[in-house]
Amino acid sequence: MMNQIVQGVLLGGYYALIACGLSFMFSVMRIINLAHGSLAVLSAFALWLLASRFHIPPFYGLAIVLALMAAIGWALQRFLLERSARGGALLPILTTFGLAIVIDNVLFEQFGADTRSLAPFIGRLSYDSWEWPGGLYVGKLAVIIFATAVVLLGGLQLFLTRTGLGRSIRATSEDPDTAGLVGVDARRANALAAAIAMVTVGLAGAFLGMRATFDPYAGATQLLFAFEAAVIGGAGSLWGTLIGGIVLALAQTLGAKIHPQGFLIGGHVAFLIVLFIRLYMSGLGLRGLLSLPTGKTP
Amino acid sequence: MSAAVIARGTAASRIAAIAVAAIISLLALAPQFLSAGAVDRMTALFIYVILAAMWNALAGFGGLVSVGQQVFFGLGAYFTIRLANAGLNPFVSLFVSAVVVGAVSWPISLFMLRLKNGEFAIGMWVIAALTHLLVNLDRLVQGETGTSLISLNVYDASTRRLTIYWLALASMAALLAVLFGLLRGSTGAAIRAIRDNEDAAASVGVRVTGTKRLLFVLAAFGIGVAGALWLATAITFQPKTYFNVQWTAYMIFMVLVGGIGTFEGAILGALLFFLIETWFGGAGVWYLIGLGATALVFSLLLPRGLWGTLEERFGWRLLSVGYRVRLPGIAENPAGAIAAPAQSATSREKA
Amino acid sequence: MSLLSVEDLVVRHGLLQAVRGVSFSVERGETLALVGANGAGKTTLLRAIAGAHQAASGRVLFDGADLSGVPSHERVRKGIALVPEGRRLFVQMTVEENLLLGRTAGRPGDWDVERVLETFPNLKPRRHAKAGHLSGGEQQATAIGRALMSNPDLLLLDEVSLGLSPLVVDRVYASLHGLINLGTTIVLVEQDLDRALSVSSKVICMLEGRIALAGASANVSRDEVTKAYFGLHRKGAGGVPA
Repeated sequence: MMNQIVQGVLLGGYYALIACGLSFMFSVMRIINLAHGSLAVLSAFALWLLASRFHIPPFYGLAIVLALMAAIGWALQRFLLERSARGGALLPILTTFGLAIVIDNVLFEQFGADTRSLAPFIGRLSYDSWEWPGGLYVGKLAVIIFATAVVLLGGLQLFLTRTGLGRSIRATSEDPDTAGLVGVDARRANALAAAIAMVTVGLAGAFLGMRATFDPYAGATQLLFAFEAAVIGGAGSLWGTLIGGIVLALAQTLGAKIHPQGFLIGGHVAFLIVLFIRLYMSGLGLRGLLSLPTGKTP
Repeated sequence: MSAAVIARGTAASRIAAIAVAAIISLLALAPQFLSAGAVDRMTALFIYVILAAMWNALAGFGGLVSVGQQVFFGLGAYFTIRLANAGLNPFVSLFVSAVVVGAVSWPISLFMLRLKNGEFAIGMWVIAALTHLLVNLDRLVQGETGTSLISLNVYDASTRRLTIYWLALASMAALLAVLFGLLRGSTGAAIRAIRDNEDAAASVGVRVTGTKRLLFVLAAFGIGVAGALWLATAITFQPKTYFNVQWTAYMIFMVLVGGIGTFEGAILGALLFFLIETWFGGAGVWYLIGLGATALVFSLLLPRGLWGTLEERFGWRLLSVGYRVRLPGIAENPAGAIAAPAQSATSREKA
Repeated sequence: MSLLSVEDLVVRHGLLQAVRGVSFSVERGETLALVGANGAGKTTLLRAIAGAHQAASGRVLFDGADLSGVPSHERVRKGIALVPEGRRLFVQMTVEENLLLGRTAGRPGDWDVERVLETFPNLKPRRHAKAGHLSGGEQQATAIGRALMSNPDLLLLDEVSLGLSPLVVDRVYASLHGLINLGTTIVLVEQDLDRALSVSSKVICMLEGRIALAGASANVSRDEVTKAYFGLHRKGAGGVPA
């Protein structure tokens, strides 16, 4: 039991990783990127391609893929989201949904239906574990993923509060017009935020590939995980995302314990319960579910 | 099919009404002259029109973009299986099932309509994913193995084909008529008010949530009908096929290309989708890439869709109802808030 | 060369013309007061100069350079800073963070957080408070400070006394006098005629998007401005008869 809880908490780190980019983009640009999961899977495939074709181990491949993801994020904002967001709140949903379909099917066209994994390319790390006091065995990879999530969330928090660029992004998220009037290039701040979000997505995709398997249509599930973790944890800080991820993972663990097919059901049900509680706690005037990890209080 | 839209009380509208009656009668008689394969294809077209019109009712008129509408498609099929298994006539089951879907959508709406925009969109997706998993747990369905609407086999193939064809045609005509009536009646005024400015509409006493709920339940019912009809044509029920997000992707494609928020646009979009599928459906994955890319391009460059753009360019206003997608030029300017109502005011006069 | 020249500027809000062909210029070191009734187009004019609204026709020249199509953040870099109506602080951020945002454009100059806090001593104890938690006067001081942090050549002030108690307004205006004495060029929108006339060297009264009266503040009587204000009297530069 204890063992499952520890595994669940560590899995929560992965969910926090995939969720933080989604809620970060939402809080800065008010856009929920429906291609979020597909882009994570794209990153996993890119690493797989580098590893299997060019023999570049995933951890080195990350240097290339994360740079690529940053560029994709920048381009995504500049060429797609910026334009579609001007048409109102509904269009970006359709734009990013269309993008997700394109990415998924292009991946299918290129790589076929086989499930892949990055595990074969990271050697012992994929199955090595540490023995913790009390007879607990924890996977090294799971600990690395969790630690990465903590460092990434902390780093993002510091970046947003302590640097000029971070302040520019927060100002843009609060009031893009006024940000422009004090000298902030709001378009650049948004593009930068999208690039950062995509770097986190790239990282999440890498860990998805290392800890499990993926296929071209795995993006939808990852998107739902990201959304659920972000909503569950949406209490007003990036750390909420971590808590959301952990709650989601624990609920899935519990679900799997109750019924063999209960893993995903547990997660969805936990999400709906949290949603229900939050809706009725806040009454009718619920403004938004996703956390605003720029240090705002809801 | 676009002639189905008529302006009340004009000479043109009487002609259009006759045209609609003529088209429907022709379609009703069409199986006499069509091959079995063509009858099946036409049945599919009617189902596409239902899907497009219902997604458009929700997104184009209610401002609720959902990427989880496959939940109602899947449930429509699933409840049919369940009801038929309980001994109900399979054809009757189709419609009782859709009523159940509509009833189920009511409590879901209490919950989901509190969410906004993207949160609603993806929240519906979670509902669809969860429902899919729960349906998989049903022993009758046997997980992804699925089951069949066996009781339909008591009818011979041609009776079955024709009955389903006529049921699909009648369902399509009835759902379009209901939607049309809704948009032309007092609810239509509320829908237009919500479309123009949701907060302002609420402040002057328009029942925003009630109106949206009505559209939500109507869309759920209609898509439930579509799912049940699809099951009747396909016989086999595999949850993965019916609860696939691809159904919503098709709906989005049809509405986006045809013209979101226009009654005629959804029908036009379904026709185009039908033709594209007929011609390119064999292209497999490239066909799907093409659909996604087209939706993407339309959302960026032609957000009003084909009908919306034509309507705007040539002043065609057969029925001016819909959730207007603001164009970049207007939205960029904060004064668009002033300009937009002025434009829609004129469009309403023409309606 | 004038620091700021506005030439036959037209700004539309949709179908509505908010500014209908306005021309004037401001020399270095001058303080121009824009007065006029609500809806006369003052705020729109100011925001058009700052780049928050695009001109439908006409142009704005700053230091001889045409600003047409230059986005607002670029204008800050060129030396124009606006203190917007209603302050528009980033309420989720601290006073210090708001001020530091003013540095984004990276213009060289003397203004830093310490100097702003010297100029507005009431902000000193509030340095790390969220801007949303400040009093009206403190918010206004932060908004002015934020604009000053960009070391502007031209400071645009929109209704800085709105919603403040007279005592606080006195304090704000005292700090403005300090800025004017330092040679800062200012264009300010002000509802209070007496204050507008006392602080400015030049005054423009707007009526329905046009200039109804323009002149040196010393030469214009309060009575004349009042008449122009209500449309009883028209003369001056750039005003096109209605």
